[in-house]
Amino acid sequence: MPSATLAEATGNGLYSGMTATDDTDELTKLHPNHVTVTRIVAAIWTAIVSAPLLAIETGQYFGAGELPVPQGAMAAAVAVLFIILVGILPRRRYNHRGYDIGEDRLRIVRGYLFRSDTIIPFGRIQHIDVDQGPLQRGYRLATLTVHTAGNHNSSVHLPGLLHDDAIAMREAIRAHIKRDTL
Amino acid sequence: MNEGETTQADAHNPAGHRTHPASLLLRFLAGLPNLVLPIAAIIFGARGMDAAAGLIVWGITGFMAISMFFSWLAWMRFRYIIDADDIRIESGIISRSARSIPYERIQDVSIEQKLLPRIFGLGEVKFETGSGEGEDARIAYVTIDEGTRLRSLIRDRRGDVQGGPVAAAKNEEPASDIADGEKPVFAMSLGRVLTFGLFEFSLVIFIVLLGLAQQFQFLLRIDILDAASWTGLAQDSGVDFDSIDTNARIIGGIAALASLIILGITTGVLRTLFREYGFTLKRSAKGFRRQRGLTTRTDVAMPLHRVQAAIVQSGFIRRLFGWHALKFVSLAQDSKKEASHVAAPFAKLREIVPIAGETNIALPNADTAFNRPSPRWWLDQFLLLLPLIAIVIAAIWLLTDGNLYAWTPALLLLPIAILMALDWLNQGYCSDSGQITYRQGWWQPRIMIAPQIKIQSVDIRQGPIARLRGLAVLEFGIAGGNLKIHGLPVNAADAIRRETIARICTVDFSQINRA
Repeated sequence: MPSATLAEATGNGLYSGMTATDDTDELTKLHPNHVTVTRIVAAIWTAIVSAPLLAIETGQYFGAGELPVPQGAMAAAVAVLFIILVGILPRRRYNHRGYDIGEDRLRIVRGYLFRSDTIIPFGRIQHIDVDQGPLQRGYRLATLTVHTAGNHNSSVHLPGLLHDDAIAMREAIRAHIKRDTL
Repeated sequence: MNEGETTQADAHNPAGHRTHPASLLLRFLAGLPNLVLPIAAIIFGARGMDAAAGLIVWGITGFMAISMFFSWLAWMRFRYIIDADDIRIESGIISRSARSIPYERIQDVSIEQKLLPRIFGLGEVKFETGSGEGEDARIAYVTIDEGTRLRSLIRDRRGDVQGGPVAAAKNEEPASDIADGEKPVFAMSLGRVLTFGLFEFSLVIFIVLLGLAQQFQFLLRIDILDAASWTGLAQDSGVDFDSIDTNARIIGGIAALASLIILGITTGVLRTLFREYGFTLKRSAKGFRRQRGLTTRTDVAMPLHRVQAAIVQSGFIRRLFGWHALKFVSLAQDSKKEASHVAAPFAKLREIVPIAGETNIALPNADTAFNRPSPRWWLDQFLLLLPLIAIVIAAIWLLTDGNLYAWTPALLLLPIAILMALDWLNQGYCSDSGQITYRQGWWQPRIMIAPQIKIQSVDIRQGPIARLRGLAVLEFGIAGGNLKIHGLPVNAADAIRRETIARICTVDFSQINRA
């Protein structure tokens, strides 16, 4: 499993607010490939959204019509969108995501502005999914989803794990359930 | 692969099993209605072209071939694996998914035979766990033999420690099974039911009548929402409005109001009477049994082990008379929606305490030390409103060219502030002796008591403002219910969570929710 902890990786104290709530556990970071995958997804969406803007820009360049904005404004807007949505956000989200798989519980932390920190004891997990989207498959990643009986948190997702790690986590949880019910 | 191979394959076959090949045909037949539109599109598109007939035939054939190819691919990729500890279901062509269901968690295995699969001797196997979202896995379609094999296999793997998983999962037991050894825990006399009815004041019937009258307007001589048509009706009957003096008008108004009140009370009493008549709650060997109803008499079994939390509720007025209702949040079997069972709809606290006691849930008493959440959370909510109100005022002021009364929306802030203060004043939480107790509401006071051991997950969340304030939201995952506490200092939230998780981890789900 990836061994870098959030504390080491961020090292800038951004995380201190959250870790203070549960300082006994160190969080494990997701696999770095997750950043690439989220970037590709973000790039595709941003491209779709900005296609009309670029079309207007091109039209303006070839003199198809007069616009109240100067030449290049649309292209600049698209560039800014890309920088924020593809360049900055995936990395920042990644830096603020982490998990900890303990002896008997799974902890999942995420969010920068809106933080959430969830703990699910293995003894309350009903069933477990390991899913891979097409992109994730290319990067050997998977999403682990655990389902509980609660109305809130009835399914909790943890993306960005190496597929092998996700399987190992599933086996660990399953073995724990087996042991507990003997 | 033929049928024989599928059914007799080794249970430990690591490659797993496919569904019956006839599933392909069944899926295709079931999917035919979805193909109607694309085919219609092909026909429409090719219309009027040269060699249209050829195009249509080729188009449809090609389309069907592609759709069948993908069905075949999906069928090839679908596997179920009977492993030592779990049943795994793997599927997906482009996206791959694998679901693992530990045997210990399977509550119900059912085999469904719809008409078409039945002709082929096939059925659909469905698995249910305690998870919060309906049906959890299905295998469609396998032979009935394979289905029953799967079912008995799962029963064996679970070791039958729980008296047979399928039997244990059925909570609505026939009344005859639990009839012996029952003792009444709570009952409502007719007088109590009628008193209850008085508090259930309801103008629903009035609204229904109004709605009906509008619907069937054409049958009436007047427009019932139009005062003029009423006065017209009265004048037609010889009433001279000018001759009615002020006193008579006041009396008339009071009479109208009184009739409305009487209508509301009558509705409340009647509805309550029909619903609650002969309410009895009995303690049986495994749990509670509730019977009630005048015309439709219901008889519900509530197994104790399914109770996840208790809720004690009251109303603004009924609280003054000491009346409360007790509900149990329970792990629902059939519908996985929010399920709470009324155990005592209208009772004094001293009656409620022993009922809750049967489930080992202790109600808060005078000694219970409730903590108040931080008022800053409520203050922040209020402060967030200010810019909103300011924008509204500015908009009105601009739109009305500086109308001097544009500031009036600011008056709204006073009642809002009062309501928020009241809300905060009535908040309280407490975590001790293995229970989370949360009290809220002033108009409809409500206390929720959740044994920590029955909690499924715990969240601590912070928004940007809460973080600046050092506050957090604590939310618990409860089967069949919700428990969320706002405005907790981060340290308090964390302490409660630590304690709760430590307690949860000592016992597995299957131990606490078994009969």
